[in-house]
Amino acid sequence: MPPTAYHAPETIEQAVNLLSGDASARPLAGGTDLVVQIRSGRAAPGAIVDLKRIAKLREIRREGEGFAIGAAVPCTALKDNAALAAAWPGVVEAANLIGSVQVRNRATMAGNLCNASPAADSVPALVAAGATCIVVGPSGEREVSVEQIPAGPGATSLKSGEFVAEIRLPGPAKGGSDAYLRSIPRTEMDIAVVGAGASIALDGNGTCTAARISIGAAAPTVLLVEDAGKALVGTKLDDAAIDKMMEAVRAACNPIDDKRGTAEYRTAMAGILAKRVVQIACERAGGNS
Amino acid sequence: MSKIHVTTTVNGDEREFLCTPGQTLLDVLRGELGMTGSKEGCGSGDCGACTVVLDGEMVCSCLVLAGEAQGRSVSTIEGVAEGSQLHPIQQKFLEHAALQCGFCTPGFIVAAKSLLDRNPDPTETEVRYWLAGNLCRCTGYDKIIKAVMDAAAELRQERTAA
Amino acid sequence: MNAPESKDTFKVVGTRPIRPDGVEKVTGKAIFGPDYKASNMLFGAIVRSPHPHARVRGIDTKKAEAVAGVHACVTGADFPTLEDTIIRMGESAGSTTDMSQNVMAQGTVFYDGHAVAAVAATSQEAADEAAALIEVDYEVLPHVIDINDAFKQDAPVIHKDQRQTGLGEGEKAGPNVSTKFVMANGEMAKALEGAAATVSEHYSLLPVHQGYIEPHACVATWKADGKIDIWCSSQGAFNIRMLTASFLHLEIGRIRVMPLEIGGGFGGKNSVYIEPVAALLSKKSGRPVRLAMSRSDVFRATGPAPGAEIDVTLGADADGKLVAADVTFKYSAGAFRGTDAMTGVMHAISQYLVPAFSVTGWEVICNMPKHAAYRAPGAPQVNFAVESAMNELADELGLDPLDIRIKNAVAPGMPSMMGTPFGEIGLVECLEAAKVHPHYSAPLGPNQARGVACGTWMNFGGPSTASVSIAEDGSVLVAEGNPDIGGSRASMAMMAAETFGISYDEINVTIADTSSIGFSMMTGGSRTTFATGKAVVEAAQAVIEILCERAAKMLEVDVGDVEWMDGEAVSKSAGKRLTLKEIAVKSGATGGPISFEKGVNPLDHLPGYGVHICDTEVDPETGHVTVTRYTAVQDVGRAIHPAYVEGQLQGGAVQGIGWALNEAYIYNKDGTLDNAGFLDYRMPVASDMPMIDTVMIEKPNPAHPYGVKGVGEVSIVPPLAAVGAAVGNAIGKPMRDLPISPDRVYSAMNGKG
Repeated sequence: MPPTAYHAPETIEQAVNLLSGDASARPLAGGTDLVVQIRSGRAAPGAIVDLKRIAKLREIRREGEGFAIGAAVPCTALKDNAALAAAWPGVVEAANLIGSVQVRNRATMAGNLCNASPAADSVPALVAAGATCIVVGPSGEREVSVEQIPAGPGATSLKSGEFVAEIRLPGPAKGGSDAYLRSIPRTEMDIAVVGAGASIALDGNGTCTAARISIGAAAPTVLLVEDAGKALVGTKLDDAAIDKMMEAVRAACNPIDDKRGTAEYRTAMAGILAKRVVQIACERAGGNS
Repeated sequence: MSKIHVTTTVNGDEREFLCTPGQTLLDVLRGELGMTGSKEGCGSGDCGACTVVLDGEMVCSCLVLAGEAQGRSVSTIEGVAEGSQLHPIQQKFLEHAALQCGFCTPGFIVAAKSLLDRNPDPTETEVRYWLAGNLCRCTGYDKIIKAVMDAAAELRQERTAA
Repeated sequence: MNAPESKDTFKVVGTRPIRPDGVEKVTGKAIFGPDYKASNMLFGAIVRSPHPHARVRGIDTKKAEAVAGVHACVTGADFPTLEDTIIRMGESAGSTTDMSQNVMAQGTVFYDGHAVAAVAATSQEAADEAAALIEVDYEVLPHVIDINDAFKQDAPVIHKDQRQTGLGEGEKAGPNVSTKFVMANGEMAKALEGAAATVSEHYSLLPVHQGYIEPHACVATWKADGKIDIWCSSQGAFNIRMLTASFLHLEIGRIRVMPLEIGGGFGGKNSVYIEPVAALLSKKSGRPVRLAMSRSDVFRATGPAPGAEIDVTLGADADGKLVAADVTFKYSAGAFRGTDAMTGVMHAISQYLVPAFSVTGWEVICNMPKHAAYRAPGAPQVNFAVESAMNELADELGLDPLDIRIKNAVAPGMPSMMGTPFGEIGLVECLEAAKVHPHYSAPLGPNQARGVACGTWMNFGGPSTASVSIAEDGSVLVAEGNPDIGGSRASMAMMAAETFGISYDEINVTIADTSSIGFSMMTGGSRTTFATGKAVVEAAQAVIEILCERAAKMLEVDVGDVEWMDGEAVSKSAGKRLTLKEIAVKSGATGGPISFEKGVNPLDHLPGYGVHICDTEVDPETGHVTVTRYTAVQDVGRAIHPAYVEGQLQGGAVQGIGWALNEAYIYNKDGTLDNAGFLDYRMPVASDMPMIDTVMIEKPNPAHPYGVKGVGEVSIVPPLAAVGAAVGNAIGKPMRDLPISPDRVYSAMNGKG
């Protein structure tokens, strides 16, 4: 059945009321997943609650050293924010790999996250960056780490009436930067066969002081591979450390064979992409791997 | 089901329509508003044939709910030419034979215009990536890319002359 | 009329004017299939099978009929029972009962997406809602998709009593084999024994879709007088008329098909899918009915081109001259018989002169949509195998891949596979042009390599009609019965202008409906510029004759004294000339309207040949392939409008590159299509491609007034093997299975391929 109501609230409170008062209601951010799902019958919300008229959700603001990105901010707008693009180039790039320019002018990171696809491009980058999100709902507001939102393909940990209002990125670590890469058969317009994100910090000697490595489309949800990060911390990102990191990434993979790639290929590529994103993040952080 | 009343601006004209909550902007443009220049090739944002500009940004109108257009400004292929005066991109598409069947052409032209409106001097690679969301099955893209590059050059010249 | 010797004598042919329909198409005004609306029109929706193979035990439409706004439901029971006859449609042919069942299941569904019922309502929403309420009781049957599985003796039976053609006396084939087609010559075993080098390998390809961006759509109205009007986009309005008449058991004259602009076809819009259903919904409701496919419907229920399993053995002497070619392939057909196996056999080795050859093509029915023609139908698959083997043979002999092809290329006067001598074909010229092209000797970067391949398509002629009329002010009007898919209005106008000796802008071309012009075979087989062009030229010539007669009357001279020169009638004896306009304005007094309709049926078309050079770069860690440079060389006869001919070369090359690298039909274990959308059916996007350089070799066809050879299809044939060779050369392992997706390249690089 097609939806029977479309609401465009102007405040978060109104949105929460609309969503918590109707179990069949779904929040609409960019719509690039939800509208397709409605048209194909994969989703059948009774009501649609459009978040894009809520001014606060269309903003990118500084939040201390970090950034708060509203749930209705389209991916292309991230690029236009110079401070954000300088602080988290990997996150901004990841969000700007989704679909086409047309799609990225609508799609949002919050939507990408809550669509809960293990292949969502922006999510590994957000996880590597240590991003959190502000979840609002009938029982108020809570902050959770991004990796806690997806519960499995197409499923989230959000409770009835809740939605992600904001994504928060910390300030970049001193000597730190990030990167994201994905493997797709074409150059654009594909869903990641596998993706990898890295956030790295180096001290003045080029020793890695912090590392978060994440992988997408290699398991039912995006994974933060803690062992991969551990393999790098304290090293100068020498070949042995990189090999150990890649091994940890491959060990964490639990992919499927599907129309987009084989499990074997995904696992192999997860390691290779992780190596490449570490190299890029390291270069960006001022080191030379 | 009660319909939503929407007032919006299409190619500079104020338009009103009624739509259902599930109808897309493309449905309304092609149906209620009778503007069939925007095409539906996929209905899922994968082909770009329905590309329109919404408040200055190009989008797939098949991914925009019609209700979202309230108070917005929509530009479609029907608004690219000024009267009978073709836009240089349209003229270059003709001169370069950058269309064969012509079905994807409106989407390409709207997308190309959106590019040249913000980047008057794109590289071939930039044009190719900007237009990656527009599928063409006839031309192999070669002549489309050349037409857009040539239109960019002409527009630059016009700007210098102006 | 024979081809003039030099193109320099032409004023219009060979120039690049703007196409007549161009402005409508760049401004969004052109009306394509999905754009047409009729007054008081209903909207239809089709119910499609979720199963690949099932018996339909019953269909209950009661709930659907109760939905507000619903005016009609149609099921397979509404289709008349037909006597099975074979209808030829140029490149393809089919049985009426097969094709009628393909339009709507009549007792059994044979593939995921097979139409089982339809409904028409006052809005699309109501129609969709009602369609979802139609209850179909399915008894699921075992299905088979894979060609090798379907070929087996113990495969699930798709059609009881499958009609099988071409089997030898007493030969038994599996229940899903529909065709065996063989061409052979010489003594294979002996020839192979004497070969200095042989290559014997297996190749495979998956089915691919034509991928036109415009989904099928139509409006039909069954009028009170029992006549039917249909508005649709197709590759042949006459084909839609004939097939609709056949399936509904009507006289052809009751149906009139109005051609709308067509958004790509590539062979896939020769078939009829929705028009008879819309007509029946209209008959029941008494109102015009629109039916339109979604993209998912297009993938699930139309196209694709056959997948293939191919064995090739080539033998050559020490100089690289082929002595033997043994090719056996299986092509999938989908749920009903097709004809690609036959064209596959005909194009397997037809680019080479081989003393001993044996080519066997099998066609296998499987639970997929009935396959449809796709640009050079049947040729690219077997060409991929043979050309890949040819590259492997060149490697084995240490020969340059173009040199080995030049040694074996067919040339005018040589016997074809059928034994008849070739006419003015241009393969050798193409190979030689490729050899000296700067691309062929350009240096390659790291991880880059080059591949080449050549290919052919027979092209076609056949029946076409054109009319030329002169309006009372001298305007020239040309009407043709072939849709304009890629600029053919322009080429018709150019040939007419050239014939009249007037300017291109003075010609007005219309695509006429099926009641307004004589029969014209569909646009396919690369036949339109050749055959319909011939009709236009001959109609123009006939009109010129009339114009000369009228001028003779006006000048009071003998008609033999009047000559047509540069758009004017010239009387040498009277020393006078009359322009076309001057004759036209007086036509009322000299004999009335001036017009001529010409039907032609030329069969003196010539095959086309192409040679493609492809450079690829392979990421050594990931197996990702980038096409870095591409050149397509083709004998085009003569390019009437060179820009649109280049476009045919470029478009076909990119479709072929897509086929080689990423496109494939992917079915899951339940037999349903897993990638029925442009997201996962990965056609090339702009950022995937380099520019496609073209070299047009012009070796005119003497049988056409302007030397035309068909150009549309050849260009999809060579890319598969050219890309395969480029990737194979880059990684040092031959790539024998398409698509060459990154994971397959990775496996090959890591010794698992």
